[in-house]
Amino acid sequence: MSLQTRRGRADLNPAAAPAPLNKMNSDQASKSGSTSRDPGSGSRELPDCPLQLDTLSKLENRSIYILREAFQHFEKIALLWSVGKDSNVILWLVRKAFFGHVPFPLVHLDTGYELPELIAFRDRLVADWHLNLVVARNEAVLAAGTTFPNGILTRVQCCSLLKKDALKQTLDRQGFRAVIVGVRRDEEPTRAKERIFSPRTAAMEWNVEDQPPEFWDQFNTGFPRDAHLRVHPLLDWTETNIWEYIEREGIPVPDLYFEQGSGERYRSLGCWPCTGKFASRARSVSEIIAELRKTRIAERAGRAHDHESEDAFEKLRRDGFM
Amino acid sequence: MTLTATPTEQLKIVIVGHVDHGKSTFVGRLIHDTGSLPEGKLEQLQQVAERRGVPFEWANLMDALQSERDQNITIDTTQIWFQTAKRQYVIIDAPGHKEFLKNMITGAASAEAALLLIDANEGIQEQSRRHGYLLNMLGIRQIAVLVNKMDLQGYSQERFAAIERDYRAFLKTIDVEPKLFIPIAAKHGDNIASLSPNMPWWTGPTVLAALDQFHVGQPPEHQPLRFPIQDVYRFDDRRILAGRVEAGVLRVGDRLVFCPGNKSSTVKTIERWHAPATDRAGAGESIGITLTEQVFVERGAVAALESAAPYELKQFQARLFWLGHAPFAQGRLYKLKLATQEIEVELAAIHRVIDAATLETVARPNPTSVARHEVAEITLRTRRPVAFDTHAEVAATGRFVIVDGFEVAGGGIVAPGKYPRRSSEGHPKSDNLYWSFGKVTAKQRSARNGHPGCVIWLTGLSGSGKSTLATELERELFNAGRQAYTLDGDNIRHGLCADLAFSPEDRKENIRRVGEVAKLFAEAGVICITAFISPYRADRELVRRLFDQAGGKFIEVYVNAPLAVCEQRDPKGLYAKARANQIQEFTGISAPYEVPENPELILPTDQLTPTEAVARIMDYLHVRDEDTDISI
Repeated sequence: MSLQTRRGRADLNPAAAPAPLNKMNSDQASKSGSTSRDPGSGSRELPDCPLQLDTLSKLENRSIYILREAFQHFEKIALLWSVGKDSNVILWLVRKAFFGHVPFPLVHLDTGYELPELIAFRDRLVADWHLNLVVARNEAVLAAGTTFPNGILTRVQCCSLLKKDALKQTLDRQGFRAVIVGVRRDEEPTRAKERIFSPRTAAMEWNVEDQPPEFWDQFNTGFPRDAHLRVHPLLDWTETNIWEYIEREGIPVPDLYFEQGSGERYRSLGCWPCTGKFASRARSVSEIIAELRKTRIAERAGRAHDHESEDAFEKLRRDGFM
Repeated sequence: MTLTATPTEQLKIVIVGHVDHGKSTFVGRLIHDTGSLPEGKLEQLQQVAERRGVPFEWANLMDALQSERDQNITIDTTQIWFQTAKRQYVIIDAPGHKEFLKNMITGAASAEAALLLIDANEGIQEQSRRHGYLLNMLGIRQIAVLVNKMDLQGYSQERFAAIERDYRAFLKTIDVEPKLFIPIAAKHGDNIASLSPNMPWWTGPTVLAALDQFHVGQPPEHQPLRFPIQDVYRFDDRRILAGRVEAGVLRVGDRLVFCPGNKSSTVKTIERWHAPATDRAGAGESIGITLTEQVFVERGAVAALESAAPYELKQFQARLFWLGHAPFAQGRLYKLKLATQEIEVELAAIHRVIDAATLETVARPNPTSVARHEVAEITLRTRRPVAFDTHAEVAATGRFVIVDGFEVAGGGIVAPGKYPRRSSEGHPKSDNLYWSFGKVTAKQRSARNGHPGCVIWLTGLSGSGKSTLATELERELFNAGRQAYTLDGDNIRHGLCADLAFSPEDRKENIRRVGEVAKLFAEAGVICITAFISPYRADRELVRRLFDQAGGKFIEVYVNAPLAVCEQRDPKGLYAKARANQIQEFTGISAPYEVPENPELILPTDQLTPTEAVARIMDYLHVRDEDTDISI
C-alpha cells in the first residue's frame, strides 16, 4: 500500500514542519487562487489588480476559518477521521489552518469491518504525519458478535451500535466537547439541512426541527454542559469540489477509490459488508473528476444502510449518527 | 482527456417567498428540467407517493425530512446543486412559514442573489413583504421576482402586470430594485428552462437565462483593510496572528493599528501552509501574520491601516431583526458578536419597532423590548469599546449578532450615524457616555497627600508571600504618613467577587474587577496594594492597559518563590488539598501560572526576608522618584 497519489508523491512531512513550497509543482501554484496575482511592485500608488478567488479557494478559506473558530472555542476537540477522501481533505485543511500542525487528536471509529487497505493507509499516515490517533471501537458488541452480517440486527441498528455508540463512548471517555465531522450537504438530503456548528443533546440527539439560526459566520458556540457539538467544515463542498481539491493540493487518499483492473471502484468507503463498488474505469484523480461531471448516480448509492427505508438515514442522523 | 482543471464558477441563490407560494415545487422542477437529478430519484419518489396514496409533489425532491413530507411544508433550509453552461448554482430553499424565519435567514444570509416567489392567485402576502425587507437587510441586492402559478390565473398578462406594479411599489419604499419579474407556472415548467407556449405575450427571458445574468460577487478588496484577529498561535517559534482578511488588502510592511486600543506594529510576514509565499493577502483569505515588534494583541482586535481605522465606541445605532423566543429587552445584558469581538451589550434605546410585513411602525407606547420576528431601529450600548464600521462602509464589520443564553437570537446592521472617529490618543473622544469629572483634580489630591495614587500589583503563586508583603508594606507606608490600602485576594472574594469561582473566565473577571477598584483607589489618591495570584498574563495586561489609558501608575511586582518552596510553606493548607484533588484548578498544581514578562520589580522571596522585600519596594519607589512622582 503506497501513499502515492495519482499525481505524484504526496507531501509526507511531519506535522511539525510546514511543507517546503518547492514540493508544489508549478502547475499547482499557478492554479491556486490563493496565490498572488499581485503585479509584484508592492507600491501603494499602483491600482490593485483585484484577486479573483475561485470556487475552491473560497471554500478552502472558509473551511480554514471554521476550523479556527472551532479550535478557538473548544479546548477538548477532536477530528472524526474516517480515513476517506473527505476527512483527509479536512486533515489537510487543519494543517493549513494551523500552519502545518494538527493540534488535536483524530478519532477513527473502527467498526471491525473496515476494509484492510483502509487500515493500512491510516497507519501509514499516522506514522508519517505524527498524528495523535484515538481508535474508537465498540468492543462489547464486537466481542458479543451482535452485528449485522451474523447477528439479527438490521444494517441501521448495526451502524448505530458500531459507529454512534462507539463515538458516544469515546466522547464520554475523552471528554471531547466538540467533534469535527466531514459531512457535506450534497451527500444526502438530511445533511443538506445541517448547520456548520450543530449541537447534539447529551443523548446524542439532533433536534432537526428546531435548529438554531446560523448566519454571517457567527457560530453558536455556547450550549448546555452535557451536550456536544458537531463542526462541519465541508458542509458546502460538493463531491466534485473534494476531488478537485485533492487534485490541486496533491492530498493522499486510499487506492480503494481507483479502479485497479476489476472494472469497478469504491466511490464512498464504509464497512465491507455494507459498501458496494460501482462500475468505473477511473484510475486517477483527474479521471474521477471527469467521471463525476457526467454521472447521475448518487454518491452514496453503494451504501446499503441508507436505503433500508424511506427515512432510514434521517432516523440514524436524528439519533446521533454522522 | 478533455478535462479542464479550472473549477467551475459557483453562484448561491436563495429561493424565498410566502408559505405555499411554490418555492420547493419550483426548485424541484428546476432541478429536474436541468437534468440534475440523480438517476432513479424521480421514479423513487413517484413510487413512494403511490405507495402512500398521495399525489406526487415536486417539493418532495427538496423536503428531505419525514415531517416535511407529511405536512407538505418546508421546515428547514436546504441546498441543492445544478449546472448551466455558464456556471454551477447552489440553490438554497428557504422555508416560507413565519414560524421558521430563523431558518429562512440562515439560508438566505449566505446567498448572493435571490428569487422571490409570489403566487399569482393569492398575490402579495405577509412573507412576500417581510422576506423582501430582510433580503435587503442581509445585503442581497440581486433579486428577481417570479410570479408563480400563472396557470391558476389563466396565464393572464394583466394579473402579472398588476402584481409586478404593486410589489415594485412596495420594494421601492425599502430601496430595493429587482432585476426583473418573470411569470411562471412551476408545476408545469412554464418559463423555467424553456419559454412557455402558454404565455406567448412574455418576451423576457426564462428563469434559467435570468439566473445567468446574475453576477458572482468578489470579496471587497477595494474597501479599507479589516483583519479581525481570530486567534494567536505559538505552535513553534513563530507567534502568528491568525484571521481572515474581511475587507481590503494586507501587505508585508503595512503599519497596522489594532482596534480598539492604540497598539500598533508592522507586518513582518504573511503566513500560509503549503501555498506559495506572497507579500499580499486580499479580502476573503484566511491567513496568519507575524509582526516586527511584539505587541499584546488577542482575539477580537481588528487590524486596520492607521489612515482608515474603524470606529471605536461603546454605543451605536442599528437596525435589528429578532429571532429569539424571549424578546430582546432593555435592562438585561446580552452578548454581542461583531467580527471576532464578543462583548456584553445592552439595549440602550428603541427608536422604532417596525412590522416588516407592512413596514408600519408597531403601535406600542414606549416599547421596552423587541419581540420575535420584529424588526427595530435601536441604540446598543456595550461594556467595552467595540471596533466597527457602518454596514454601508464595510459589511463584515458593520453587522453583528446578539446571543441570548446559548443561541444566536438576533442579527443587525450598524446604521449610518455621526460617530466620532478615534482620536490621536487612540481612545474615543466621546461616545455619549460621559465620565463625570469632579471639581477636585488629581494634582490637588496629590498635593494634599504628598504623593499621587498608584497601584502596586503583587502577583505570584499561592504561598509566595504576597499577603505578608502587602500587609508589611501597607504598615510601612502608613507609618511614613502615606495614604495606603491593601486589596487582598481572599477578602475581595468574600464580598465583591463572592459570585466568582476559579475557572479561567472567573479568574479573568475577578482580576478585571480588582483592576477597576484599584484604579478608583489610585484616582482617589491612594497607594493601592493588591495581593492576588493573578496567574494570567493577559488579565494583568488588561489591568495595566486600564492604567495606561487613564494615565495612572501600574507597578507590577513579581513575588517569585519556587513552587516547591510555596508548597512547603503552604500557609493555608491549600497545596495539600490540591494534591489530594480536593481543590480543582489550583494555580501551580492543576492550573497554570504565567510568569510576568516585564515586571517593574522581581522579589525572590525564597532568598529575602519580608523586611528586605518590603525595603526593595520602598527603594524602587524612591529610585523611581522622578518618574513616578511618588516621593516617599
